[in-house]
Amino acid sequence: MEIKILGSGCKNCKKLYHNTVLATTEIGVKADIIKVTDFAEIAKYNVMQTPALVFDNTVVSKGKVLSKAEIVALLAK
Amino acid sequence: MLGNIFNWLNDLLLKMTWLKDFVELILTKLFGMDTESLLFSSLSFFIYDVFKIFILLSVLIYISSYIQTYFTVERTRKVLSKFKGLGANLVGALLGTITPFCSCSSIPIFIGFTRAGLPIGVTFSFLISSPLVDIASVVLLASIFGWKVAIAYVIVGIILAVIGGSLISIFKMEKYVEDFVSNGEVVEDEIDEKHTKKARRLYAIEQVKDIIKRVWKYVLIGVAIGAIIHGYIPAEFINKILGSNKWYSVFVAVFAGIPMYADIFGTIPISEALVLKGVGIGTVLAFMMAVTTLSIPSLILLKKVVKTKLLIAFIAIVSIGIILIGYIFNYFIII
Repeated sequence: MEIKILGSGCKNCKKLYHNTVLATTEIGVKADIIKVTDFAEIAKYNVMQTPALVFDNTVVSKGKVLSKAEIVALLAK
Repeated sequence: MLGNIFNWLNDLLLKMTWLKDFVELILTKLFGMDTESLLFSSLSFFIYDVFKIFILLSVLIYISSYIQTYFTVERTRKVLSKFKGLGANLVGALLGTITPFCSCSSIPIFIGFTRAGLPIGVTFSFLISSPLVDIASVVLLASIFGWKVAIAYVIVGIILAVIGGSLISIFKMEKYVEDFVSNGEVVEDEIDEKHTKKARRLYAIEQVKDIIKRVWKYVLIGVAIGAIIHGYIPAEFINKILGSNKWYSVFVAVFAGIPMYADIFGTIPISEALVLKGVGIGTVLAFMMAVTTLSIPSLILLKKVVKTKLLIAFIAIVSIGIILIGYIFNYFIII
């Protein structure tokens, strides 16, 4: 699957990226994790609060730094 | 009678005069410090301010985050689209005061509002008031400078946001927004989260942890600088540069504030120490406003979505506004 982290590169975005990497390795999901920092690209997802998390082009969370456990729960869905 | 109760509560909860007395008692009785010494005045300022600011911040961020769960950015956008003209600017500025957000979200909000067809001036009213006026900084201001200054601050902050946004509308600056901002479809929001009380509380607690983690360094540095000013820097020296009788003091404060990347909570203790040394209240308010609205990192972000002309117009309008506010406070408000 493809996971995107939307955000201009502030501290919270980096934290979310880090937690996502931890979550995917923990449950062994193979995923391409991509950081999207370009505002034009972020705007395509209709997101106004960063960081946002996108699974296969669906926004699953915005404006929150999810913990590893929360991302694992989202991945399980 | 009512006034007495208010004053008593104000001293107890906001000014925390008991905390000041307690810190001074410990320093003199336990450590045998001389109340006249420079170290004592720096150290007591530092300890008292650090405790006071962190206690107030935690409580205030909790309250404002709880309120914030009722005003999501999506809802704000919907409410704003119902208003027109100056009323829209005013509502934009008012909503800006209750929706604090991380400064890194301001650009996605700018794009989201513009694509939804909101006038650019209304979005600017929102963006100017949002970092400038929020519940936590207003109550902190009240605790240090009194309610008169805090309320006046809110009023001029909102006026600045309304006038700034309106001027951008009047000069028809829409054309100076980068093309990708307005070209793009708007998807109506499908995620409309219903919050339970528990979810709101959890969110508020998360926000407290998050914001404290982000700002504690600025607060400590701010209080440390404040403490050094308070104890060691002679009042004559400060008054030479920033004294309220010096016509250039407000300019110095604004230009010193722009390159600073700090949080408003870090600038409050510096301002407190400066006012105690005789600097005008308008001068320190101008300094705080410059730090929060004109900081270089946020201007660099803004440059990504607007063309140079609009960026310059924004900087000019806000700087002139802040400088005027500085002079008005220096001449009309005496604390």
